[in-house]
Amino acid sequence: MNKLSLLVVVFVLFLSCGKSKSESGEDFSAPAASEESAATDASSYDPNRGEGKHSNIELGAALDGAMASKGEEVAGVKCTSCHKMTDERLVGPGWKGVTERKKPEWIMNFITNPDPMIDKDPELQAQLELCLVRMPNQSLNDTEAREILEFMRKNDGVK
Amino acid sequence: MKNRFLKATFAIVLIGAYFVSCKPKNTSDVAVGDAAQRVYVAPGKYDEFYNFVSGGFSGQMSIYGLPSGRMLKVIPIFSQDPESGWGYSEETKPMLNTSEGYIPWDDQHHLELSQTNGEVDGRWIFANANNTPRIARVDLKRFKTAEILELPNSAGNHSSPFITENTEYVVAGTRFGVPGDYEDGDVPINTYKKNFKAHISFIKVDKESGEMDLSFQLRLPGVNFDLSHAGKGKSHGWFFFTCYNSELANTLLEVNASQNDKDFIMAVNWKKAEEYIKAGKGKIEKARYAHNTWDDETHTGKSVIKEEVLVLDATALKDIVYLMPCPKSPHGCDVDPTGEYIVGSGKLAALIPVFSYTKMLAAIDKKDFEGDYEGIPVLKYNSVLHGEVQKPGLGPLHTEFDGKGNAYSTMFVSSEVVKWDIKTLKVLDRHPTYYSPGHLSIPGGDSKKPFGKYMVVYNKITKDRYLPTGPELTQSAQLFDISGDKMQLLLDYPTIGEPHYAQSAPADLIRNNGQLKIYDIKKNNHPRVSKGEKDTKVVREGNKVHVYMTMIRSHFAPDNIEGIKVGDEVYFHVTNLEQDWDVPHGFSIRRANAAELLIMPGETSTLYWKPTKVGIVPFYCTDFCSALHQEMSGYLRVSPAGSNVPISYSLGTNLPASSK
Repeated sequence: MNKLSLLVVVFVLFLSCGKSKSESGEDFSAPAASEESAATDASSYDPNRGEGKHSNIELGAALDGAMASKGEEVAGVKCTSCHKMTDERLVGPGWKGVTERKKPEWIMNFITNPDPMIDKDPELQAQLELCLVRMPNQSLNDTEAREILEFMRKNDGVK
Repeated sequence: MKNRFLKATFAIVLIGAYFVSCKPKNTSDVAVGDAAQRVYVAPGKYDEFYNFVSGGFSGQMSIYGLPSGRMLKVIPIFSQDPESGWGYSEETKPMLNTSEGYIPWDDQHHLELSQTNGEVDGRWIFANANNTPRIARVDLKRFKTAEILELPNSAGNHSSPFITENTEYVVAGTRFGVPGDYEDGDVPINTYKKNFKAHISFIKVDKESGEMDLSFQLRLPGVNFDLSHAGKGKSHGWFFFTCYNSELANTLLEVNASQNDKDFIMAVNWKKAEEYIKAGKGKIEKARYAHNTWDDETHTGKSVIKEEVLVLDATALKDIVYLMPCPKSPHGCDVDPTGEYIVGSGKLAALIPVFSYTKMLAAIDKKDFEGDYEGIPVLKYNSVLHGEVQKPGLGPLHTEFDGKGNAYSTMFVSSEVVKWDIKTLKVLDRHPTYYSPGHLSIPGGDSKKPFGKYMVVYNKITKDRYLPTGPELTQSAQLFDISGDKMQLLLDYPTIGEPHYAQSAPADLIRNNGQLKIYDIKKNNHPRVSKGEKDTKVVREGNKVHVYMTMIRSHFAPDNIEGIKVGDEVYFHVTNLEQDWDVPHGFSIRRANAAELLIMPGETSTLYWKPTKVGIVPFYCTDFCSALHQEMSGYLRVSPAGSNVPISYSLGTNLPASSK
């Protein structure tokens, strides 16, 4: 009889070692892991500027045509598999009007630093639920990113 | 009732005690208590060392982390690899080309990391093919086979690919003597002594690019060269090779090549050989061997057949080679970190002889010879001997060093690893291994600078070490901590193929060597690259059809293709447009007589396919790439031979026809 009660006690001890989910207070509605930057604080995120190294992008009053055609070339290799120039969604949203909706800093940061921004930007998270494909990091350098921005402006009718 | 209970308990205890006492001692008894903690690498943390392990009869090289024993990658080298398309894609086929055409398999035995000043430098790792003699160079920035060089006049390329201390040369000694390719090989086998020769290849390595060039070969009597290591420090300029079958037997070697009490360690003065070459003493002989190189910008291998080799007759030219008698059928040939001591492991001997470089030089100087062997001077055993390790165990095979004056030797027959002091030759510690160890490896353990923390012993027999898997069992590696006086067994881990030699390097040395994460699409110079979907097309050239295709998360362009006919030869030139780390895509098409293509970001790869049946053939991405991976697919229409369906291709426009 004594032995039996000892067994029961030991068994209970083992059981109590596992912490149940309800007690731990974890929030299971958020993804468990993301590829990068989960550690950085989402509350400091600036939805106008985005996150990345670009803070002040000077745009010319008129279009830089040469820069825009370079941008078109780079976009042809790295972007247009998934984006149309209209407002129609392909894999990702169409580019029409993007330079009117978004600040140039935000665009430059997003196309050079997509992963952390997808994790934090409320609009990008909403977009991800629609598209279901995270925009890939296409390893654009700063010059290429700026050229693409100029091409987007051209696409939006800047002369 | 109570009595019966007591009796039963007593019986159970007795039976238990019987089993415990009769059970052979095994690893679970001898592993140290906190071993689990010492090999545990927490999720998200990295191992301390990269461990490069030869794949034996798999023909490949596997890479593990130490101390966890977790496998990180298998790099295809000498065998086809359906997983990556190595040897199946049009671009990789030339890498497996030889003077006798495409060869899909080999037996990969030994590995050697490149060195600068005798220390591991993390640039390349060299690998040998034992069966069809070849040496490969794997580039550790890309973790990809960059080059494969075939060796003429060789058979059983076992004594390789060992390097000099600044990677000036990779050497390759032949295990089987055979008539040279430049001689008439149509001779009776029992004319071995007269007609069979052994050749040792010295392969020059370009300092910057790493590219290999067969600089010269030494022509020697037809002994079997088993293993080798370069001199280092004071003995830099010399190379040491174990030889067995000094009997020159050509049948039942098990008996007939085990007659002599002593075979040899051959010392080669390669600087002297270089002088003879400068003086024009070499002879250019006819040969045929393939030199295969990989180009990172065209993503394509190229195979060139070379037709000449420079041969030096080491018997006719004096002062290049000397023989040191070594008991008995020596296997391992290992040089300690100072370059002074040369350890020959006579696998049939009950001792380990250790030779002294200083004594060897003095003996050569004094012409302290006991005679000659097939025209090569043989030094007196006692004049060159530092001493013998007495009763180390049975069947000594290989030795590595910890940089603290100790040597560690594997004993195949008595199944143990033995630690001994190089200077005093005293055995300091011994530990059983499970079972029958071949090679062992200490990170940097054959260089000037060993990182003497861990030692891995590679066992040939696994028996009961793991859950049984039928007649064929895995091989087994065992990890020891050698930082203290006593060796401590920490971990068993299974390995692929049959590992022979292995090399290890500190993790930071490799991971900070400028490793590539992607191939830059701007630098892609593949002749059939598509840089963006605008470049994609399908082009018919007679019965050949070239499909220029791109892939990105998660679609192919084009994904609807028509106008292909039975009997056509179709080449899919597929470019991965991704420029992000860890996003390969795969390409496979139904009933293709090949493997998939696994294409890295920025790379172009080509699959050859010959349709034999009319119908609709789907193709799809094999590497899960996004939430819409299952949608990454396409259709190809195959029409009968002679059909007039025109070539057409599209993406997103060829929408389903209305059902009315």
